[in-house]
Amino acid sequence: METLAIGLLGFFTAGYFALAGADLGLGMLLPLLGRDRADRDRIAAALAPYFLGSEVWLVAAAGVFIGCFPELEGELFTELLPVLVLLLAGWIVRDAGLWWRVHGGRVPDVMICAGSWTVVAAWGWALAGLLGGAGGLALATVAGVALLFAAHGLGYGALRLTGEPYRRARQLAGGPGRGQTFALTGAVLAALPLLAGAGLPLRENAAAGPVLGLLVPALTAFVPVLLAAQLWLWRATARTGPREGAARTTAFFF
Amino acid sequence: MSCRDRGDVDPQTLDFARWQFGLTAAGHFLFVSLTLGLAPLLAVLQTRATLRGGAPVHTAMVRYWGRLYLINYGIGIVTGLVMEFQFGMAWSGLGHTAGAVFGASLAVETVFAFFVESVFLGLWILGWDRFNRWVHLAILWVVTGTAYLSAYWILVTNGFLNNPVGYATDGDGALVLEDPVALLTNPSTLLAFGHIAGGALVTAGLFLAGVSAYHLSRRTEHHALFRRSLRLGVFTALPALFVTVVFGGVQLASLTTLQPMKSAVFRQDAAETARLQAELTERFGPGDYLPHEALTRGAGTVMMLMFALLMYGLLASAILACFPRAVHRFRLWHTVLMAMVPLPYVAMTAGWVFREAGRQPWVVYGVLRTEDAVSDLSAGAMALSLAVFGTLFAVLIAVNTVLLLRTARRGPTAPLSGPLPPPTPLVPPGPPGPPAGPPAAPPVAPLAGPGPR
Repeated sequence: METLAIGLLGFFTAGYFALAGADLGLGMLLPLLGRDRADRDRIAAALAPYFLGSEVWLVAAAGVFIGCFPELEGELFTELLPVLVLLLAGWIVRDAGLWWRVHGGRVPDVMICAGSWTVVAAWGWALAGLLGGAGGLALATVAGVALLFAAHGLGYGALRLTGEPYRRARQLAGGPGRGQTFALTGAVLAALPLLAGAGLPLRENAAAGPVLGLLVPALTAFVPVLLAAQLWLWRATARTGPREGAARTTAFFF
Repeated sequence: MSCRDRGDVDPQTLDFARWQFGLTAAGHFLFVSLTLGLAPLLAVLQTRATLRGGAPVHTAMVRYWGRLYLINYGIGIVTGLVMEFQFGMAWSGLGHTAGAVFGASLAVETVFAFFVESVFLGLWILGWDRFNRWVHLAILWVVTGTAYLSAYWILVTNGFLNNPVGYATDGDGALVLEDPVALLTNPSTLLAFGHIAGGALVTAGLFLAGVSAYHLSRRTEHHALFRRSLRLGVFTALPALFVTVVFGGVQLASLTTLQPMKSAVFRQDAAETARLQAELTERFGPGDYLPHEALTRGAGTVMMLMFALLMYGLLASAILACFPRAVHRFRLWHTVLMAMVPLPYVAMTAGWVFREAGRQPWVVYGVLRTEDAVSDLSAGAMALSLAVFGTLFAVLIAVNTVLLLRTARRGPTAPLSGPLPPPTPLVPPGPPGPPAGPPAAPPVAPLAGPGPR
């Protein structure tokens, strides 16, 4: 049961990095790919349908963490407090920017970009801490993680953007094989937290008593439902896709 | 009770951590109250619109209130993130001692309720022109259902902290789950759920009524939409208020057995508090077992006062709402309805202060003291965290309020940003009875779009 619980935690965390990595990376590149308001509208239209469904993977991961490994969660989160404050602050600023964009003004776009950078920097910091780097090595880890997120975002942009930002993203991302590159950056991003978390004493710290036996099977059984719902969300936008119906997608919430 | 060697946690760390939890929880709940209450109203409105084959006024109602719902919902989610993470960040002692019991309900909440809710909300926003209208309606009902499921699971956690049941203590003094059914049917959970669900409907009902009253008193167009919305709001808020107060009354009575100290403090029963203090000292060792008296009593009193104001206001409103002439013309009443919009928020906040401050010094009642649950952090680190989240929440609440009010004021057909369209000729309200002739189909704005630039 412990193994299954660890699997669930890894599954949700890896899913978050691969999925939210794309919209965080695209958010980082907002000023680069979107030079005017109309361009940035297109980028927001590519982000908007997915970011809620992507970030919720981390919410689920944190839920599984506190449910299955409560003591370790407390110790780790307390230790990581400064990083988590930075992460949450960036997350709040980025999301608020996305929700407020529709009301006009330039500030939300600044919030989206700055918030995305902050979240990614916090992840770099957290991963550097977990992987045991210090000094120059830690800085290199942060920079490497940021680059990886940006590359993933760029690959996502080259697949889902429209108009001028699409042209720019394609130019930067290179010609053929964009799908493969995007899959590769996604896989590396998903592997990162697994690698960093491999050293955590999870097995020794699983919740005592019968709670794991009730919780883990229920959560596991529900995973296909979650995946189906996400798949529906992706397909719903893929069908009328941002490419064909740019105006229509922009007229959606953001 | 806790066997952990805690060293010396700076008392300032405890203060900052408590302030952070109190402020962020209260801030988060301002959003939750409205979102939770609006969801079923919106689902009912969309059901009616779907049944009527998409009649313009019904569709316009769903889009207008749906837009305000989403503005509030988005920032509600954002503030909720801090709530989930700060358990581990600031209160690691809680996970250490009681995590094996209360952590599970948080896990279930995130996966079964919040995950589904977020994805389906995305589908609902996206689905306006893409899905079959029955599918689109079903999606909103899933969002509504999971919102209440979410509230229930959070209250399983909170109910356990207020009235720990269904657990056993293992050799190390940590709690393990023994009786899941007792945990899930904790009276402290179920009564609070009824109380809060009712309160959320009061909040949303008055929001509908207050915003509609603004438009009716300003004689803006779309009076058919706002007349219906005002009546729906008033006729929801009044019964919901009675549901709220019934659950509140039962809860208050249950305190005499569940949390006698809070009950005695609220009743200002000095003899009883002294007796309980002596009894608890004997049972748990020396310590101060009294919650902050003025705060507990003050919060309870404010909540009751809000109830009284809401009851008189809503009783009168329910009578007036039966007369179309009053709905359209009675401007003094419109002003009163607008002024009543903040009252449920005050009541909700006071209610939480009464519930949470009133059970101190315990974080798990009778099991774990708050001071034993706080993370072993420096006061500086905790102060930084408090400063960051305090500032962000203040900005989020301020901007959200401005955007909600601005969007509400702009009416159903205006774009969310940019210049307002030229004013349309004023249609005189048509009392009594429905306005003469079929109401002109309002051109329906996109749910929320960037609008023409």
